[in-house]
This record gives sequence, structure tokens and C-alpha cells, in this order.
Amino acid sequence: MPQSEQNIQDTIRPDASPDVPGPGDAVQQPLIRFEKVVKQYGDNVVLRELDFTVQPGQRVTLIGPSGSGKTTILRLLMTLEQIDGGVIWVNGDPLSHMYKGDHLVPANEKYQRAVRKKIGMVFQQFNLFPNMTVRRNITEAPIHSLGVPRGEADERAAELLDMVGLKERIDEHPTRLSGGQQQRVAIARALAMRPEILLLDEVTSALDPELVAGVLDVLREIARTTDITMLAVTHEMGFARDVSHRVLMFDHGRILEDGPPDQIFGEPREERTKSFLHAVLESG
Amino acid sequence: MTFFTDSLPIYLNGAWYTLMITVGGCALAFVISMIFGILGTMRSLVARAIATVYVEIFRGVAALVLMFWLFYAMPLLIGYRLEPVVAAILALGLNVGAYGAENVRGAINAVPRAQYEATVALNFEPLQRMRLVILPQAWAQMLPTFGNLVIELMKGSAVVSLIAVSDLTFVAQQMRTFTGETLLAFLAALIMYFILAQIFLFLTRMAERRANRRLGRLPDRPAKKRAIPSMAGVARGGES
Ligand SMILES: Nc1ncnc2c1ncn2[C@@H]1O[C@H](COP(=O)(O)OP(=O)(O)OP(=O)(O)O)[C@@H](O)[C@H]1O
Ligand SMILES: [Mg+2]
Repeated sequence: MPQSEQNIQDTIRPDASPDVPGPGDAVQQPLIRFEKVVKQYGDNVVLRELDFTVQPGQRVTLIGPSGSGKTTILRLLMTLEQIDGGVIWVNGDPLSHMYKGDHLVPANEKYQRAVRKKIGMVFQQFNLFPNMTVRRNITEAPIHSLGVPRGEADERAAELLDMVGLKERIDEHPTRLSGGQQQRVAIARALAMRPEILLLDEVTSALDPELVAGVLDVLREIARTTDITMLAVTHEMGFARDVSHRVLMFDHGRILEDGPPDQIFGEPREERTKSFLHAVLESG
Repeated sequence: MTFFTDSLPIYLNGAWYTLMITVGGCALAFVISMIFGILGTMRSLVARAIATVYVEIFRGVAALVLMFWLFYAMPLLIGYRLEPVVAAILALGLNVGAYGAENVRGAINAVPRAQYEATVALNFEPLQRMRLVILPQAWAQMLPTFGNLVIELMKGSAVVSLIAVSDLTFVAQQMRTFTGETLLAFLAALIMYFILAQIFLFLTRMAERRANRRLGRLPDRPAKKRAIPSMAGVARGGES
């Protein structure tokens, strides 16, 4: 995380930015703000001073060719990667940094836990805990990291499992479930933490084709019934069109195109977007 | 035959000492393994340095020399003589603990990184990550090597006969001296060691099976149960 003092000093608490309208008309403080974010692996600069904001309740789909940095963006938000420059703001608080007086310094674990509480993530490979039953997969985090009483956590787990259609599998081992079922449990597990932001990284890519629809239906339901802010990387263009307010097309770590799904999918401005969408539709 | 029946109580007594030292040494080795194994996986350079130093020192020292040192040399330094059994347990535990720490470190590092990432995404505290997710999964991986180390420690416990603890080896030597039955005296010890080893192996296998069940891995079925070729074919077809 080599970042010059000067660079850090430059980034003071930002005011609400008027550049992207939210789902409603009112312009509010963005829930997520990437400010000149740099991420590199060795000499490979993946994100070069990336700027963008997401309004509360907005559902954003990230598309773009392999290696364009989509996963990196989600992982930075989940604090699974170290940032190499710039600042990520969540609800006005810096995620990667914390204030020490007026200065921003790299965040410590305790501070990050406080900010990270708002964010949940569902992974491509589900990543359920094999040492726990389905129930404990869902209840352990609320109990231990939020301090929810066990009874309440159990009730909530039952509700969430009902929502994802797996109520009767609550006492089984996750290894006994199909990929699609495991992914639905993983979604329930993330929601049990009541996140404001849900990150979805190609959550159906590891599934057999016939299991994809079940998972997407659950996500559609969440989109319909909650105002959780979603950032989803997906190749399911139909799904993206249905649920998202906004599509970001990435290429080489930059935003090539940013607009509502109808525009991006219907009349993409960039040649690169056209050929990308063509390729995806071809293969899908 | 009368040799065995007559000397059984003496051998049982020796086996009791061997058992006691093995269990004590294992308990100490286990605690040391966990502490230094976990330190070895931490991000802090200091923590890892401490683990490395421990492992390198105590892996390189022969348990026998360590035991002699604790028993004969320590009194010169602290003016207090350890019980022979205590010196033996300390020496074996410290020595085997170094190998155990490497085992723990390896098993923790073998837990897929994705599991760690899921614990971050669910906002667990670092200690909770270890206790609730990482260690329970590493446990199944640690057990086979721990089982071997238990046996190693038990065999290594024979060194205590050199500081006059009347364990199995000590008893066998005495029986040889008193009866002149060299063959029988050591054959009896071999059998006793074998039985003890079988007991330890059985216990660790049970623990392994339990650990795998908890991870939702089905235990390996004996080959007999699925040997019928036609049935195996049907079963496989049904699964896909
Ligand atoms: N751990 C890592 N070490 C080194 N390079 C990495 C690492 N993770 C990602 N990269 C590189 O960062 C770049 C962006 O990767 P990223 O995973 O964000 O792309 P993506 O848009 O999600 O691609 P895909 O559609 O294939 O998932 C790639 O060039 C990749 O090789
Ligand atoms: Mg990706």
C-alpha cells in the first residue's frame, strides 16, 4: 500500500457527488465511492485511478471482458485485497483508510470491521463452511460478529431458508446439497448479516445450466422485495436487464460505458461494448 | 509359557509407565503444537519468527539428550532435581511438539483461502475465524500425522529406561538380567508395545472418522460393500 502522504492529504471527506442519479430523483450522498482507486499486482496495473459512485439502493451490473478488473473491484470493496492508491468510501466513511486527526492513514483491522459490517458477498464457488450444518452456516456470523441472540438468529435462518426454498434442509451438511442449493444457502448466509451492500461475483458461473434459474430467481426476489444496493458481476444478460438500474462496461480497469441496461444492451455507444455483448450472447 | 504368566504383572506395570509417559508427553506436545503451529501461520513477522525458532531448535535436539540435560544438567543450574518421569515427559513433549507444530501449521495453511475469505466477508474477528472455521477444518487434516507422532512418541519413550524409570523397556532389560531368558524377555516387551500401539492407532482412526464425518465427508466404505460389478455400474449411472 505505498501511497504518498500528499496523495492521502488530497482526499478529504467528499461531499455528495451529483454525477450519478440514484434510482429515485433525489440526489443523495453516494453509498459507495471509488476515488482515484489504484490496484496493481506487481507491474500489472489492474485499476488505474478508477472513479465511480453508487447511490443507495442502486443495483449495478458490472460487465466486461476477462481480466478487466470486475472481480478486483468487488474484492477491494470486501477488503479482501489491499488498495494501492486512492480511497474507497462507503457511506461517507473511508473503507481502506481511517482518520487520525485530519489525516487518512491505512485502516486497521478493528476499523475495517466496523465499516465492513455493511457489506456482504456471495462468491462464485459458494464457499460454505463444510464444518457446519446449513443452519450454523447462516447463524454463526450474526451470533458471533453481530451479537444476535441464538434464538433470534435461528428464527431468521429459518425465514431466509424458506425464502430460498430450502427450509427442510436446515440441519444437513452443505456438502449434501447441489451447487445451486449451496449457492442459495450462501445467499441466505450473506443476507443474515443484514448488509446494505451485496456483492455478487459471477454467482451462477460454477453451476450446471439447469440450476442457474433457481439462483437467479432468488436474486430477483431480493431485488423486488428489498432496497439492498447490489453490485453484480454476471454474464447473465437477461438477469442484468431485469434487475439492474445501471450497467458498467469495463475494459482494462476503466469504465468504458455507463448507462441504464436498455441503453447498454440496446444501443451500446462503444464498438468494444458491441463486440463484447456479441461474444457473450454468442457463447451463452 | 510360565515366563509370560509369571512376569505379566511386572510387564503390566512397565506398560503403565510407558502409557503414562506417552499420554503426558502427547498432552504437552499437543499444546505446544497448537501454540507454535498457529503462531507460524500468523501474518506478524514476530509471531512467525518465534514459531520458526522453536521448531528449528527442538526438532534438531534428540529427545534423549534433552532428557539427560533436563535430568542431569538442570539441577546444576536451578538446584532442583526434576522427577525422572517429569523430565521424560518434558523432553518428549518439547521434541515431538516441534514436529506437531509443523503439522498444525501445514494443516492450517492447507485450508482453502476461500474459506478465510468467507470469514472476512462475514466479518468474523480474527480469533473467531480460527476457532469457528479454520481450525475445525484443519483438524481432519492434522489427525493422521498426529496419530503417527503419538506412536513415535510412545516408541521414543523407551529412552526413560536410561534414567531408571521402570517402563516397558526397563522391565524387559531387568527380566533378561534376572532370568537369562533374553528372547522371551524382549518378545514380551515387543508384544506389549504392539498392543499399546494398536490402541493408539484405533483411537486416532476413530477421531479421524469423526472429524471427516463432521466435514460432511462420507467415511470410506469397505470395498466389499460395493464390489458387485453390475450394481456398481448402476449406482454410477444413477449419480451422473
Ligand atoms: N491474486 C492475483 N495475483 C496477480 N494478478 C491478479 C490476481 N488477481 C487478479 N489478477 C489480475 O488482475 C487482472 C484483473 O483480474 P480480475 O479477476 O479483476 O478480472 P475479471 O474482470 O474479474 O475477469 P473474469 O471475467 O475472468 O473474472 C487480471 O489481469 C488478473 O490476471
Ligand atoms: Mg472475475
